[in-house]
Amino acid sequence: MTGAMRGRPGRGRAIAGAFLLVLLFLLAFAGPLVSPWGWDDIDFTAFLSPPSARHWFGTTQSGRDVFALTLRGMQKSLIIGLSVAVLSTGLAAVVGTVAGYFGGWADRALMWGVDLLLVLPSFLVMAVLSPALGGGWQALVALLAAFLWMVTARMVRGMTVSLREREWVLAARFLGVGATRTIVRHVLPHLASLLLVDAAVNVSVAILAESGLSYFGFGVRPPDTSLGTVIAESRGAATVFPWLFGFAAGLLVLIVLAVNLLADGLRDVLDPQLAASGPSAEAEAEVTADGARAGSGAGSGEPAVEGSAG
Amino acid sequence: MNPRGIGTNVLEVQDLAVTYRPDVRAVRGVSFSVGRGQVLGVVGESGSGKTAVALAVLGLLPDRTEVTGSVRLRGRELLGLSDGEMSRIRGKDLAMVFQDPLSSLTPVHAVGDQIAEAIRIHSGATRGAARARAVELLDLVGIPDAARRARAHPHEFSGGMRQRVMIAMAVANDPLAIVADEPTTALDVTLQAQVLDVLRTAGEAAGAAILMITHDLGMVAGFADRVLVMYAGRAVESGQVEDIYRRPRMPYTIGLLRSLPRLDDAGGRPVPIDGAPPQLNALPPGCPFAPRCPIAVGACWDDEPEMLPVGRPGHAAACLNTPATRDPDAVFPLTPTELLPPIGEDDAARARTSREAVLDVKDLHRFHVEQRNSFGRGKGLLRAVDGVSFDIRAGETLGLVGESGCGKTTVLMEILAMARPRNGGRIEILGEDSAGLDGAGRKALRRNVQVVFQDPFSSLDPRMRVAAILAEPLRTHAFPSEHIPDRVQELLKLVGLEPSHANRHPYGLSGGQRQRVAIARALALEPSLVLLDEPVAALDVSVQAGVIDLLEELRARLGLAYLFVAHDLAVVRRVADRIAVMHRGRIVEIGDVEHVYEDPAHPYTCALLDAVPIPDPVLERKRGRVRLPDVPPDAPRLETGCLFRQRCPRYLALSEASRALCDREDPVSRSIDGEPDRMVACHYALGVST
Repeated sequence: MTGAMRGRPGRGRAIAGAFLLVLLFLLAFAGPLVSPWGWDDIDFTAFLSPPSARHWFGTTQSGRDVFALTLRGMQKSLIIGLSVAVLSTGLAAVVGTVAGYFGGWADRALMWGVDLLLVLPSFLVMAVLSPALGGGWQALVALLAAFLWMVTARMVRGMTVSLREREWVLAARFLGVGATRTIVRHVLPHLASLLLVDAAVNVSVAILAESGLSYFGFGVRPPDTSLGTVIAESRGAATVFPWLFGFAAGLLVLIVLAVNLLADGLRDVLDPQLAASGPSAEAEAEVTADGARAGSGAGSGEPAVEGSAG
Repeated sequence: MNPRGIGTNVLEVQDLAVTYRPDVRAVRGVSFSVGRGQVLGVVGESGSGKTAVALAVLGLLPDRTEVTGSVRLRGRELLGLSDGEMSRIRGKDLAMVFQDPLSSLTPVHAVGDQIAEAIRIHSGATRGAARARAVELLDLVGIPDAARRARAHPHEFSGGMRQRVMIAMAVANDPLAIVADEPTTALDVTLQAQVLDVLRTAGEAAGAAILMITHDLGMVAGFADRVLVMYAGRAVESGQVEDIYRRPRMPYTIGLLRSLPRLDDAGGRPVPIDGAPPQLNALPPGCPFAPRCPIAVGACWDDEPEMLPVGRPGHAAACLNTPATRDPDAVFPLTPTELLPPIGEDDAARARTSREAVLDVKDLHRFHVEQRNSFGRGKGLLRAVDGVSFDIRAGETLGLVGESGCGKTTVLMEILAMARPRNGGRIEILGEDSAGLDGAGRKALRRNVQVVFQDPFSSLDPRMRVAAILAEPLRTHAFPSEHIPDRVQELLKLVGLEPSHANRHPYGLSGGQRQRVAIARALALEPSLVLLDEPVAALDVSVQAGVIDLLEELRARLGLAYLFVAHDLAVVRRVADRIAVMHRGRIVEIGDVEHVYEDPAHPYTCALLDAVPIPDPVLERKRGRVRLPDVPPDAPRLETGCLFRQRCPRYLALSEASRALCDREDPVSRSIDGEPDRMVACHYALGVST
C-alpha cells in the first residue's frame, strides 16, 4: 500500500497482480526452453529424487522431471482457468443484463434457462459430454464455462433491474440512446466490480474443477497434463515426497493470487469515485458535514463492494 | 430555578467543534443557548455543519469523530458521557425529531406501542398507564380518533401523521429540549405548517426548548424566536428572528434572503450568490465567505472575523464590513422584476392560441392495478392520472404543481414514453401523435423533446466524464463527430461552466454545476420542448436562483417551451407563464400564472398558496391560514362526486343542500368568465357563474 496511495487507489495492486501474472506466463511458456529435460523425458537414473541441481524440482516415481511437468501443467491450467473465467463471466454479463434490462418474456425465458442449468448435475453432464466432444481441452473449457455462469447471471440480472430505474439510465433512454448502447455504457460499467471479482473467483474455480475432473479421468488426459493432474498424481505421497506436490500447489496459489490482485486493483482503478481523493476534485458534496448530501452523493454509484486492501 | 423558568438557558452550547476523519472540520466553534420554551432556528445550506451540530448535541456522531467544546443540558455536561449514559438522557430529557418519519418508526409495531415503549423505558410506568399516556399524546398532536389509531401501524398513516407520531414520541417524557432536524422537509407544503404548529404546541405543553435545524428560511420565519445562521462550520449571524429577516448584517444572510423565490413578490427577482461553499478540509485563511462576497475588503482575506454585536441587542454578525451592510440593498442589489421577451418578436405579439402547440395532451389516463390483500383478491384501480388535458404553445412555460402522489411525474413519464397511452388519451408532440410513432420516428422526436431530472446527483452517470455525458446525445443523433468537442465547449459556455469542467466526473462538481451539466445535455440537440422535473428542488437556495435564471435566459435565447413540474409554488410563479394545479390525478385549475396566483378559483389552489411560507416573520405570523386536513391512506376512497371534498374547506362551509352536488357529481372543468384560457373543476369555484 505504499506507492499505491499516490494517484489512484488500487493502482499498485493492479500493477502487482498484472506483473505477477506475466511472470507466471513467462515461467510456464519460456521455462521449458531453459529446462534440460522435456516434460515427457524419463530419467532412468533418478526415481523419486528430491530437488537437486540436476532435477530442479525433483523427479517422479517414473523418473519424469517435476519442473518440466509442472510447467507443462501450468500452461494448460493458465489457459483453461483464464478462458473459462472470461467466457463464463462474459456469458453471465450478457444474459443477466439482457434479462434485467428488457424484462418481460426475455427475462422469463432466460431465467428459466438459468434455473434449468442450475438443477442439472453439472459434474455428471461434464463427465458424459467431455469424452463425447473428443476430450480436447477446448471442449473442457466450453463445458466448464457453460456450468459456471448461472449464479452470477442471476446476480447481474438483479442489479440490472435496479440500475434500469436509475435516472441516468432513464436519461439515456429519453435521449434516444439504443438499448445495446445503454447497457454497454450505462449499466455494465456499474457492474464492473461484481464482474471482475466474479471472473477472478472463476479462474480458481475453473482450475480446481478441471483438476477434479482430471482426477476422475474426464478432464485433461495423460499423457497431456495440467496442474490438477500433477497434484492428483502425487496424492498419497505428498507428505513423504513433498516436491511432487508442493511446487504445483504453490504455483496454483500464485496464479489465483495474481488474478485476484489484478481484479481487485482493477475494480478500484475503474471506479472514478474512489479517485476523488486527489487534490483536483473540487466537490463540496463528498466532504460536506451534512451526512444527508454526502450520503446521496456517494451512494448514487453502484452497489459497493468493500475493498480488501489491508 | 424559578418555577416557570422561561428564559433560563436549558441547552447551552459553548465553542463546539466537530472534526470528521480525516480532517474535515464540519463545525468550528459554535456557541448558542436556548431557553425554556424558546425556539432557536439553526439555518444553513448543505455543508454548513448544521446537522453535525444536531448530532453532536444528541451524542450521535460516529465513534471516530473528534468533538470538543461543551454541550450542557440544564448545567449538565453532555460531551464525554458514555453511550449508556447518553441513552438514559436521550429520549427523556433530550428528545429528537428527524427528517424522515417513515424510517424513524418501526414498521412492525403499532404506533401506540412504540410511544408506550418510549415512556416505559424512561419512566418505568406500567404497561396500561403508558398506553393511556400514548393515546393522550396522540390526541395532543392532533391525530383524530387517537384511541383507535394508536393500534394502527406506521404504514396506515400518511407522512404528515407519521411526523406527528414522532413528535408525540419526542414529547412523551416531557423533555427539557427537543432537537428537530429538518422535521418538515419530507412533507408536502400543505402539511408543513400544520406539523410545525403541532411541534410548537407539543413543545409548549412540555415546556421544552426547541433546537430547529433547517435549510428553509421561509419555514423558520414564522416558527423560531431566535435564528443562528451557519456557514462553513461557523455561526456567521445570530439574533432575534425579526432582526435577522428585517435587518440582516452578514452578507451571506442577506444573500440567502435575496435568493429565495417569494410568493408575495416583494422586491423583484431573486439574486443568486455566485460561487460555491468552500471545502471543509481545505479552508483558505480569512472569512470563508469572502470569495463569494460582493463587499469583501482586503482585511477579509487575512483573518476569520469573530461574532461581534451589531445593531440591536442580541444581534451579532461575523463580518468585518458591517458598516456596509446597513443597507442590504447595496450588498445584493435586487434587479426589478422584468419580463424577458420570452419568444421571438413576432410570436410575442400573437395571441396564445394562434401559436403552434408543441405539446398537446388530451384526456390522458394512467391506472395502476393494486392488490388490496395478500391473496391478490379485491384488485383496485389506482387512478394515477385520471383525465388530464393541457397544451403548451411554442415558447411558453407551463408549471405543473401538486402534492406528492398527485400524478404529476406520471404525466411526465407518459409523455416521455412516446407511445400510445396505455389507459387511454392522446399525446401530440410537435403535431405528431405519439400513438402512431415507430422506432425511427420516436428517436427523431426525442431530438426535440428533452428532460432534466430533479436530482443531478443521480441523473448523471457517475462513471462518465462531463465531456462524454454531453457528447452522448450528439453521438446518438449522428452529429458529425469532428464537431463534437467544439459543441461540448459551446454547451458548457452556454450554461455558465468553465471549459475545464469537461474533464471532470460528476462527483467533482457541486450540485448547481451538476444541474447545469444536466441542462446542457438536454439542450445539446437544440430541442423545442424541455420537460423539467423539479429541476431545482434538490439544490441549495443560494444556487437555485442561479439555475432558474439560467433556465429563463435559455428559454428567451433559444425560444424553448418548458413543462415545469414542481411542488414549490414560489418557484413556479417565478418561472411559468401558465400553471396547472393537479390533485389526485386531475387538473383542478389551469390558467395564467398572474390570474391564478392573484385570485385562485379552486379551494385546493387557495390552500396550496396559503401554505407557502413567506420569509418574513412579521408577515408570516399575521397570515390567517386555511388548513387542509390530511387524509390517511386507509380512509375510504371516494369513487363518486368531487374527489377533493374530504379535504375541502369550502365544502365544510357549504349548506347541507349545496353539498349534495359535490357528493353526487364529479365537477367538470369549466372556463371562468372573461378568461378564455382559464379552467377550473369545482362546483363552487370563485368567479364562475353557476
